[in-house]
Amino acid sequence: MIFTRFDAALNWVRKNSLWPMPMGLACCAIELMATAASRFDIARFGAEVMRFSPRQCDVMIVAGTVTYKMALAVKRIYEQMPEPKWVIAMGACASTGGMYRSYAVLQGIDQLLPVDVYISGCPPRPEALLAGLMKLQEKISTERSFRDQKPELAEKLEDALA
Amino acid sequence: MSSDELFESLGKSFGEKIQHQSEFRDETTYTISVNNLREIAKFCRDELSFDYLLDITSIDNFGEEPRFEIVYHLYSMSQGVHLRLKLKVSEDVGAVDTVSDIWPTANWHEREIYDMMGIKFNGHPDLRRILMWDGYPFFPLRKDFPLEGLPSEMPDVAFTKVTPMEGGPFVTVPSTATSKDREPRARPPEL
Repeated sequence: MIFTRFDAALNWVRKNSLWPMPMGLACCAIELMATAASRFDIARFGAEVMRFSPRQCDVMIVAGTVTYKMALAVKRIYEQMPEPKWVIAMGACASTGGMYRSYAVLQGIDQLLPVDVYISGCPPRPEALLAGLMKLQEKISTERSFRDQKPELAEKLEDALA
Repeated sequence: MSSDELFESLGKSFGEKIQHQSEFRDETTYTISVNNLREIAKFCRDELSFDYLLDITSIDNFGEEPRFEIVYHLYSMSQGVHLRLKLKVSEDVGAVDTVSDIWPTANWHEREIYDMMGIKFNGHPDLRRILMWDGYPFFPLRKDFPLEGLPSEMPDVAFTKVTPMEGGPFVTVPSTATSKDREPRARPPEL
């Protein structure tokens, strides 16, 4: 019982301070900047800290067209992010390649990275990005980090307290 | 000098070297040969004041001989006059002299033509791919390269896959009908 509380606390902390790694590649980056600006404040969700260093970030927002030339660089940045990490595919191009069905565009960043939330739009309105962020927060709140990663410790503490 | 005087003096200096001259809605086009490109380009820049190279582009006439065409768009800032120079290149030759020392902007335009069409430029200071990556094995804007691409693999650099077309390129039918009729869900590419 106490570990569900522990997990709940851990998830609450993580979801309310999601620091984005803005992988702003194309036009969706402008809407990402608009979301970070004052009218559609992303700081309300604790996500105003858009550090461009992957080592300090929780969620990578892939905003824009991923060309094959850029794809491996995006994957390298993703691999440099420490756990726990999530990915938001913002816009049509990041989700499925968008209107660019061609020789040079990767048809969706989910061919390389595990994506948690897909946001449709070209570009998605800032409210849509915030809705996607809230969906990710809901997803995070259902995680079972402590119970999954430390099952023996959880059991031992359960027995000790019971 | 007005545009007529400019073109007259061009015609006078290079009479027999100009293969064809055409005019369409106040746009003058001269078709020249590959061998005369540099001297005509220098003359246009120095004598005729065409100091601004607007664009260089290339055309792939797949099935015709010579296969490629290169088009130079020149503009004179002082006179406000446009000029177009066309020249044809065959696939076996596949190379044209560079004009990047005459108009420095030609540097990247010629790199793009090399990247997309495979036409080399003799004397270019830095002829390498500009949009695709070095080592990409194809020339994407040639007519025999499919729209959905070809698979290629360069480990640690990049990779390409064939794009699923899902019913073909979704193009519009030119007409004044409603958008539902102008943009059918899928249109076979041969129409």
